[in-house]
Amino acid sequence: MDLSSINPAVLIASLMVAAVPIMLAAIGELVVEKSGVLNLGVEGMMIIGAICGFITAVETGSPFLGFIGGAVGAAVLSLIFALLTQVLQANQVATGLALTLFGLGLSSLMGQGYVGIKPPATGMVPFGPLADIPVLGRVLFRHDPMVYISIGIIAAVWATLKFTRMGLIIRAVGESHDAAHALGYKVTRIRVLAILFGGAMAGLGGAYLSLIRVPQWTDGVTAGAGWIALAIVVFASWRPWRVLIGAYLFGGISVLQLNLQVANVPIPPEYLSMSPYVITIIVLVIMSSGRGRAALNAPAALGQNFHAAR
Amino acid sequence: MTTGTELLRIDGVTKAYPGVVANDNVSFAIQTGEVHALLGENGAGKSTLVKMIYGLVKPDSGTMRLHGQPYAPSQPSAARTAGVAMVFQHFSLFEALNVAENVALGMENPPPMRELAARIKSVSEEYGLPLDPARMVGDLSAGERQRVEIVRCLLQDPKLLIMDEPTSVLTPQEVDILFKTLRQLAAEGTAILYISHKLEEIRALCDEATILRRGKVVGTCTPRDVSAKEMAELMVGAVLTPPARAASRDWGDATPALEVTGLSAPSPIPFGTSLKDISFSVDRGEVLGIAGVAGNGQDELLLALSGELRGAAGMVKHKGAPIGDTGPNARRAMGFVAAPEDRLGHAAAPDMSLVENALLSGTIRKGLTRKGFINWGATKAWAAEIVAQYDVRTPGTWVAARALSGGNLQKFLMGRELSQAPEVVIINQPTWGVDAAAAAFIRQEILNRASDGAAVVVISQDLDDLLVVSDRFAALNEGRLTPPRPTKGLTVEEIGLMMGGAHGMEVAHNG
Repeated sequence: MDLSSINPAVLIASLMVAAVPIMLAAIGELVVEKSGVLNLGVEGMMIIGAICGFITAVETGSPFLGFIGGAVGAAVLSLIFALLTQVLQANQVATGLALTLFGLGLSSLMGQGYVGIKPPATGMVPFGPLADIPVLGRVLFRHDPMVYISIGIIAAVWATLKFTRMGLIIRAVGESHDAAHALGYKVTRIRVLAILFGGAMAGLGGAYLSLIRVPQWTDGVTAGAGWIALAIVVFASWRPWRVLIGAYLFGGISVLQLNLQVANVPIPPEYLSMSPYVITIIVLVIMSSGRGRAALNAPAALGQNFHAAR
Repeated sequence: MTTGTELLRIDGVTKAYPGVVANDNVSFAIQTGEVHALLGENGAGKSTLVKMIYGLVKPDSGTMRLHGQPYAPSQPSAARTAGVAMVFQHFSLFEALNVAENVALGMENPPPMRELAARIKSVSEEYGLPLDPARMVGDLSAGERQRVEIVRCLLQDPKLLIMDEPTSVLTPQEVDILFKTLRQLAAEGTAILYISHKLEEIRALCDEATILRRGKVVGTCTPRDVSAKEMAELMVGAVLTPPARAASRDWGDATPALEVTGLSAPSPIPFGTSLKDISFSVDRGEVLGIAGVAGNGQDELLLALSGELRGAAGMVKHKGAPIGDTGPNARRAMGFVAAPEDRLGHAAAPDMSLVENALLSGTIRKGLTRKGFINWGATKAWAAEIVAQYDVRTPGTWVAARALSGGNLQKFLMGRELSQAPEVVIINQPTWGVDAAAAAFIRQEILNRASDGAAVVVISQDLDDLLVVSDRFAALNEGRLTPPRPTKGLTVEEIGLMMGGAHGMEVAHNG
């Protein structure tokens, strides 16, 4: 066992990278759930984002267009969910699960010609001399743009939900769609837009996996990241900044277990690789056992379909 | 009262839904500064009519004019812009948002939050409805929630204020203060369209009344000049007879049929009220009425008596035997029946048929299952019997509970519980949402069970229910029960004080 091979600065820097996909997918899902919709298709939307982003980047040679392509692809997929649950009143849980299965299958089909190709590389943000500061420079100033953009999105979602009228309306619709309808708000339209936003964010997260984190296309490249994102929303009790904490926590655990495997810690590697998922379950159990604030902060109309009665 | 120029004229408005004409050629007019009552039974079309004025529903034909100009709001925001505001029957509030946020959601162009909070404070105090803008609505009492709705309307300086059954959740003292606020508004020139079926209140408050029956205007009157009985008969279209009460008799029991001592329990409901040291007893043949404003522990008390919420064995006794730790099925076997307030989801499974719903509650007392198999024949026959006896209007017993209107489902559920030959009856809100004729029938059935020898506990927010059926009267206030007193001789004022008085409201300041 040789723990000295683990460099804390590198560890922190790599956990920030590892956290980006789940953070993006989770903040999208947070907005969806705040509007009262439970979309369990995050995993499917992520992987469609991964393959659409990969194809776009490879064909155009531009990672930037790749991210756009990933977001658009997953948003189109989420539109199917919106049509089924908001217009045709299908059950949200069943539709979300179907969306995941559909996304996994479709991505595999779309990606057949793209296995083994390297995507165009995404550069670091040039911070100049800042990047050369010892430790701090390695942790904060040597990342690709998406690391900073994802944090910016968290801040934007937090500010929108807390301070703007649009955020207030989204929260109101998720709290009681009947009351919102009685006041004249277009419940279905607001929810469809939230679902599209959630899809686009999941797509960005997926594209980050296939373009930067891995970076190549393999079947099932998301490997359950969508499910962890769903868990993080509950872990964060629907608060944006806690999504950031949650994503760094889970990103940290998955990076740490890789490092521990390299350092030959005498624990079988299977246990180490399952640890992020075990910890997800443990955290969820602890969060839900309190029944107090966490339960109260959940949107009251979460998962309920809205049908404008007469 | 000074009434000014004509504010709103409704002319020949008709609205039909599949199978029912909600409004048929309705016409009436409201003057500025007038308090106008809209009277009618459930299903008479009052709600549909005001929803059209508020832009939630579009009329099929007919016209509306506001200030003499054609008025056809396409959505509520258009109505609000035109100066029409509405206080809803079922609160249109968001529990997890604070008062200021709730108010902002009901306004067209709300000012920034800090400024809005200050305006809420000043307007609410000016009209004697003090409110703290930063509090969560989920923590407010029913009376305070209504204040939020009213203040939300007042902030928009409405020309016409629509109030859909605003007093059903208030204590008599709170009603007095509300009326003073409304009179002050009317004196300032605001027209008020007031929907209610509480006739004495309408006589006290309103200048004019329009009476609807089955979607049609059947009459107008000046409420001050006619008696409540005359208005009721116009509404129902028939002569009403009050329920008859059998002479009380001594059943010769040594121990009461239901005895509750020191019952305390935390609420299992989010934002619920815990029960605190509740004690009472009910003998055979007796009806105990329990009043209280919504959210003061009614739901929790029903859960504790039905067995859904278990406590120490000695807290609840049946004929002297401690049963506080037994569950609902064991209590049903002993002769308990319970009818909770929430019709869809608690009293009935919404997507199951009436037959299945009858089975769910009646299987133990009516012996509808044998060795795990259901006797569908007997269950169907019993469900059909309830439908016939309680005049439930439904195409058949195979329809889902959800498909029935609230009043009809209520009749079915009351019939289901009351026709199980019960020894102890616990009912929350027996006549909620049913029309006057059906309410009279349900009250009569409750009295009949009592004269058959059942001990009855009626929990209700409708004082009329309680004053008609109960022998003794108590009130729930923040989870505590007042000592029961004989109903005979109680005044409305005493009852109001038992229910907790005015909950910190104050009379409107002149200003």
